[in-house]
Amino acid sequence: MDIGRRSFLSGGATRLGKRPRIMKHCTGSGRTAIIEGGRVVSASSRDATAGENATSDHAAGSFKGAIDCDVHPRVPDILALKRYMNDHWRETVEVRGIEGFESIAYPNNAPLTTRPDAMTGKVRADDDVGRMAKALLDPQQFSLAICNCLYAVQMIRDEHLASAFARAVNDWVRHEWLDRDPRLRASIVVPIQNIELAVDEVNRCAEDKRFVQVLLLALGEQPLGKSMFWPIYRAAEKHGLTIGIHAGSSYHHAVTGSGWPSYYLEDYAAQSLGFHAQVGSLVAEGVFVKFPKLKAVLIESGVTWLPPYLWRLAKFWRGVRLEVPWIDRPPMEIVRDHIRLTIQPFDAPDNADTVRRVLDQLPSEEMLLFASDFPHWQYDGNAMLPSGIDAALRRKILIDNPKAAYPRLAL
Amino acid sequence: MARHVVARAADIPVGGRKLVKIDGRSVVVFNLKGDFYALSDTCPHKGGSLSNGIISGLIESDGPGEYRHSRQGEIIRCPWHQWEFDIKTGRSWCDPRRLRLVKYDVAVEPGAKLVEGPYVAETFKVAIEDEYIVIEV
Repeated sequence: MDIGRRSFLSGGATRLGKRPRIMKHCTGSGRTAIIEGGRVVSASSRDATAGENATSDHAAGSFKGAIDCDVHPRVPDILALKRYMNDHWRETVEVRGIEGFESIAYPNNAPLTTRPDAMTGKVRADDDVGRMAKALLDPQQFSLAICNCLYAVQMIRDEHLASAFARAVNDWVRHEWLDRDPRLRASIVVPIQNIELAVDEVNRCAEDKRFVQVLLLALGEQPLGKSMFWPIYRAAEKHGLTIGIHAGSSYHHAVTGSGWPSYYLEDYAAQSLGFHAQVGSLVAEGVFVKFPKLKAVLIESGVTWLPPYLWRLAKFWRGVRLEVPWIDRPPMEIVRDHIRLTIQPFDAPDNADTVRRVLDQLPSEEMLLFASDFPHWQYDGNAMLPSGIDAALRRKILIDNPKAAYPRLAL
Repeated sequence: MARHVVARAADIPVGGRKLVKIDGRSVVVFNLKGDFYALSDTCPHKGGSLSNGIISGLIESDGPGEYRHSRQGEIIRCPWHQWEFDIKTGRSWCDPRRLRLVKYDVAVEPGAKLVEGPYVAETFKVAIEDEYIVIEV
């Protein structure tokens, strides 16, 4: 079963051009990676001409010990999940002929979806733990990586079926990924269609301390601050789990407030509007007043849209705070204390001065978390951080900030 | 510093406010339960005239969905963007340290005393039997 798939991408890549700008969020160092067996063995680029621009500093830098807050294991096929279903759901999958659930968020042939160094011929590095280690964790020497499985459980209309698939996905991640590489941690996929079932799944998975986060999507059926979601946040806070909000949609509603766009380009760009709404909702509904220990990480949001939105939020709060008197300090401060953002992608030109000016507008440097977004193609070669980040901030982003954002990483 | 007689006390009833001019400045005078307070009338945000604003109580909260209403009549909201100011102090609610109205000293003086001077009462006659609002600028 292939819900919501639009006939995007046999021709889509051609339509967008060979190297559409959508994946060139930042970095853009112009590097060309040379791939051998799924591993980057060398890279030629203008980085090689050291000193040509500030990109060299970070691109040449090591990522040893970094904590990657966003990698994507991919469920290879329905067989992988059937192994983790009970007799009823296994038979349901067989009898109904369910082939799996895929959203259009990352169409197979879209250039954003898979880095060239995550492919060896037609073999992908993201559906096998060993191949991902070889393509990413080993060469980069990351200390930890958080697996966010984007299997489209959120799209399923039947909440019981969704719950069965969420359980299967989490158990698949646990056994096929976490058990096989001690560097891996994971997010809990929940059947958001039914809050009680979602909480059950959080509680079930939380016993395993390698689950460090509850994974939600930027575009759903209701803004995430609404009190109907609070039982999930209560459970997360109790277990020391962070809330992760990843780009993506249940595709139960249009991805923009004005209806369905025509092109993938618009769909992906619209994700950041979803994040705007979620930050506004989490703040205004008082989620962080109610759950003061909770942190929410915006994953794959693009980062740089945030400060202008906070200026707007802060300004209007002054005039209409009577609606939300529980917000008794500027929204900027609440966001500073409770919201984090993964740095891949980082929407800015590849110019160190521009990046520094943008970073100055963020409420705090503690908010940025390192992520590769593997195997999505957000950067070329090894340029996993934007230009203009000095050594001290680099260390915060790679190591200290992720540790602070995810209490369970210390367990 | 000069003391200016700006209004008869009886002109501003309890809960009322009056805009007065003192040496070209706009000052709004409030009567809170018989006590008078004078603030600059110009909102420090964009210059709205506070004397045209809504007077309300203070809304606070202990958590989402909880509303605690107090200090009825002691908050003035700018008519333009609804930013709140404490009538007693002139300080804004949202940024009380940096964003505030000039607060002037106010006194209520009997007319008999005012007639003796040396007060500035440019715009109206002072009657011995009345009480007057005197602002020091």
